[in-house]
Amino acid sequence: MKVEVLLFASYRENVGAGRLTLDLNDGATVGELACAMRAKFPGLPEPGRIVVAVNNEYQEHDFVLSDGDEAALIPPVSGG
Amino acid sequence: MIVITHDELNTGQVVSEVGHPGAGATVTFVGTTRDNTAGRRVLFLEYEAYRPMADQQLERVADEMRDRWNLTGVAIHHRLGKLEIGEASLVVAVSSAHRREAFEACHYSIDRIKQIVPIWKKEFFEGGEVWVGSQSDFDPVHSGHVVV
Repeated sequence: MKVEVLLFASYRENVGAGRLTLDLNDGATVGELACAMRAKFPGLPEPGRIVVAVNNEYQEHDFVLSDGDEAALIPPVSGG
Repeated sequence: MIVITHDELNTGQVVSEVGHPGAGATVTFVGTTRDNTAGRRVLFLEYEAYRPMADQQLERVADEMRDRWNLTGVAIHHRLGKLEIGEASLVVAVSSAHRREAFEACHYSIDRIKQIVPIWKKEFFEGGEVWVGSQSDFDPVHSGHVVV
């Protein structure tokens, strides 16, 4: 299945793109997505520390992804 | 109202949004861009957001404030894009019948925004730039409501 991955701020600069499509096994979890991203882009933090929002909602690493999901990797926020 | 904008923030406008005949107190917080961090001179800053998630998370902060305190109005405006030193990046206005609720809710909103709202700022120095944000205490999924 395909998942749209969004990248912001330091992660976007690390990866060199704000958006990419990732091929994952059906039933892959957020944690597996984080591992796949870290393997592809070693500049990202260790997978356990990567915070992910799926379709605009923060999710735990055991959350199961679906084909077509939008998964945003959220670096430490610093608004205000 | 919850607003995320590239335009200059208008504090008077934000305050007027929380006006209410039952309000006896209005508390306003204005976050402004500072010219130094840890002794380094900051030249300007840039803010970016993940939208619409940032809008939704700001709404969530406002909902949490209304759940916890008896308020007559909540307005949060956040600026994006390039900001010069001294400009307002965030304006929160809260009104309530009595002052304690508005003070506490306003304080809560800033702490909560810094926990969960996907907005990032980058500081530009002479000869360098850095995204602000600490990995060690960033855990929006498990962060409880901050205690005020």
